[in-house]
Amino acid sequence: MTGLVILCVAVGLTLIAGTIHRRRDGRVRETRQETSGLRSELDALGERPGERATLLQFSSAFCAPCRATRRTLSDVAEMVEGVVHIEVDAEQNLDLVRRLGIVKTPTTLVLDAGTVEVKRASGQPRKADVLAALGHALP
Amino acid sequence: MIDPRGPRFAAWVTTAVLAVVLLTGSTLLLAAQAVVFALGAAGHNPYALLWKRFLRRGPAPELEPQAPLRFAQAVGLTFALIGTVALAAGATTVGLVATAAALSAALLNAAFGICLGCELYLRILRTTSRNANPNGATA
Repeated sequence: MTGLVILCVAVGLTLIAGTIHRRRDGRVRETRQETSGLRSELDALGERPGERATLLQFSSAFCAPCRATRRTLSDVAEMVEGVVHIEVDAEQNLDLVRRLGIVKTPTTLVLDAGTVEVKRASGQPRKADVLAALGHALP
Repeated sequence: MIDPRGPRFAAWVTTAVLAVVLLTGSTLLLAAQAVVFALGAAGHNPYALLWKRFLRRGPAPELEPQAPLRFAQAVGLTFALIGTVALAAGATTVGLVATAAALSAALLNAAFGICLGCELYLRILRTTSRNANPNGATA
């Protein structure tokens, strides 16, 4: 009897959590935190930001959608002039990950020409949403 | 790289097996599922092998890396082991709740295709590790 109750509760909660996750995953949202530019951080990583915008992707080893996200973002970087895609291993840069408040992979930050974060997507973003976010970030 | 339909099938079977564990309180069945998780964490989930051998139809969709799937199996193994020990020791509620957690993880993967490694790995690292490599570059 206890088992049946636990089973029903677990299935119910899981379906709710899964539905919420599906709705939120990959959505590009406005960045709330007022960050200064990330130029010195990119320098430390040995990466050069794009002239007009940068797509900064955090990935990890145990992450299937990181690959698909990489493809989407590098496609976009090829399509739009002055935009660069940079992929960073989150595991190797935990200090930066903590400071930026990144909790899962893939997470993508859209940086403007001054390397200030203007948008962020947790999960696998759609190409159209990334393009729209860039429209916002580009001078 | 593997065909993702195998692990999806395995996740549905796992969900069903764990539901039966919840309904019957069977320590033996949960222990058996723990063995399945252990094999899965090593990259040889028996349910996925069954699917590959007998049920595979048509060409594979896009292939997926195996590491995230093995991570998820290791998460399942952790809960299944806790559950098995608790049930064997007579701590029925603890055992059933641990089983429910494993079921929830499997169902999230089966029904929603959620990558557990993406959600959990970085969170675990952030809380357990100081910093693996302060000067780390991209991988």
